[in-house]
Amino acid sequence: MEILAALLVLLVIFRAPLAGALSAAQLQTWTTVFVSVMVQAVPFLVFGVLLSAVIAVFVPRSFWARALPRHPALAVPVASAAGVVLPGCECGSVPIAGSLIRRGVTPAAALAFLLAAPAINPIVLTATAVAFPANPEMVLGRALASLVVAMVMGWLWLRLGRADWIRLPHRPDLDGVSRGRAFWAAVRHDVTHAGGFLVLGAMAAASINVLVPERWLQTLADNPVLSVLALAVLAVLLSICSEADAFVAASLSQFSLTSRLVFLVVGPMVDLKLISMQAGVFGRRFAFRFAPTTFVVATLVAVAVGAILW
Amino acid sequence: MNRQAQAVVLLLLGGAVLKASFTDLYLRYVKEGLRPFLIAAALVLVVAAVMTLWYDLRPAATAEPDEDHGHDHGHGHGTGGGHHEPRVGWLLILPVLGLLLIAPPALGSYAAGQAGTALASQQVSDYPPLPDGDPVRVAMLDYASRALFDKGQSIGDRRVVLTGFVAGGGPGGEPILARMILSCCAADGRPIKLGMAGNAPTGLAEDTWIEVTGRYSDRVAKDPVNEADIPYVTVESWREVPVPKQQYE
Repeated sequence: MEILAALLVLLVIFRAPLAGALSAAQLQTWTTVFVSVMVQAVPFLVFGVLLSAVIAVFVPRSFWARALPRHPALAVPVASAAGVVLPGCECGSVPIAGSLIRRGVTPAAALAFLLAAPAINPIVLTATAVAFPANPEMVLGRALASLVVAMVMGWLWLRLGRADWIRLPHRPDLDGVSRGRAFWAAVRHDVTHAGGFLVLGAMAAASINVLVPERWLQTLADNPVLSVLALAVLAVLLSICSEADAFVAASLSQFSLTSRLVFLVVGPMVDLKLISMQAGVFGRRFAFRFAPTTFVVATLVAVAVGAILW
Repeated sequence: MNRQAQAVVLLLLGGAVLKASFTDLYLRYVKEGLRPFLIAAALVLVVAAVMTLWYDLRPAATAEPDEDHGHDHGHGHGTGGGHHEPRVGWLLILPVLGLLLIAPPALGSYAAGQAGTALASQQVSDYPPLPDGDPVRVAMLDYASRALFDKGQSIGDRRVVLTGFVAGGGPGGEPILARMILSCCAADGRPIKLGMAGNAPTGLAEDTWIEVTGRYSDRVAKDPVNEADIPYVTVESWREVPVPKQQYE
């Protein structure tokens, strides 16, 4: 990841020679999209980090033991459902999930929460209803498919996951210091850490936004299999926040409803900035297994739900 | 990256976001409604930076132990030398530079040409009458959806005033009137495109903002990007206008 960071920094520094290959308009659009992804994500990141610092410092470990069912397989659906009520963006839920694992919550439940929180909450579902006025079943399909994916991934982790894949970053020890000090240390550390990876993800998303013109997609829209794959991959690459992706999906009208449902289910769970942040917060070994698996599960579940609905 | 460097980066980021939200700069990137959250988040960043520096620079007498108490983490230090702290945090300087030094413009004709018109899905076709006034000022999105999905019935013979920028890439290569709409941030910005018939402006550079007065036209063309319909307006007159504060609709 450091190598990737260094590469991208070099790209930014030596962008003048590269600008010859890219037009000025492309470069300008790149900068606009990069800055706006960052500006848009800052409030979500900061509030996610504040909540995760509260969890880390002020919520006693015993609370989670009481709040969640003792059996991990039962804790997964409860955690997924908890994700529904918490309106947030994917950038905020990564540090929260990291904090939950630190505080002794079973990783399966924390991961189910990580996937469910940005995908199905009141704000996202309302936005979906507004974006698809003629297809209210899209809201149902999105909620159902996302919830199923979150739970399946949680249970998959119980069966196949290995605890040593998750390597939470070294962080200033929060025990034994005053609560105020521990709280602000957690905030500072998480914002710089998760925020740095967010910058990487935002740069990647801006590059895709500029380099992949929408008209390429046109040729894929008529084939039912290719259209699903194309929109699943596009959801990963574009990294649009989950509050807005329904409007983008609505404008991709040449694609089938099922492939657009895939776009809506995959996007909040796997995208470039999320992969980058997950690699930072949970470690690379985790992210490079978790993200592809989530991608496959989300695509399959969304196609199945789409087949039932339409 | 030690704690003080992190504090400085946070301070810069918070300061840059604060500055952007107290000028109109933030409107180029996000919706107006995000402003209170931007200000609150920026203040948190500034406070986090100040608290870090305060805890760090306080006299050693009151400093609390930094040693490893983390029996459950095993490797819980990193507060001392700071060599374990994330170097990736330096990247947060980039958005600061982007906001303070470059301050890139709002999305314009290039982005509009890349994406298909946003009015692709069938909307509800129940439109209230236009507000009073002649000519009446309407939003591009409003005009375009009335023209497409209401076949112009709720516009009738009224004269309308539309504000947008000139973009290339109309169906026949002629300039079109465009405006970007945002749902969240500029990454999801999508264009509304309008063809101009009648006394259409010629010879204007792309990204020139104009105000067009005209009437409904039943002409429709296909957007080459996503095969969706682009409605037209019959232009009676037009004039150049300064770039509006709120460039997105």
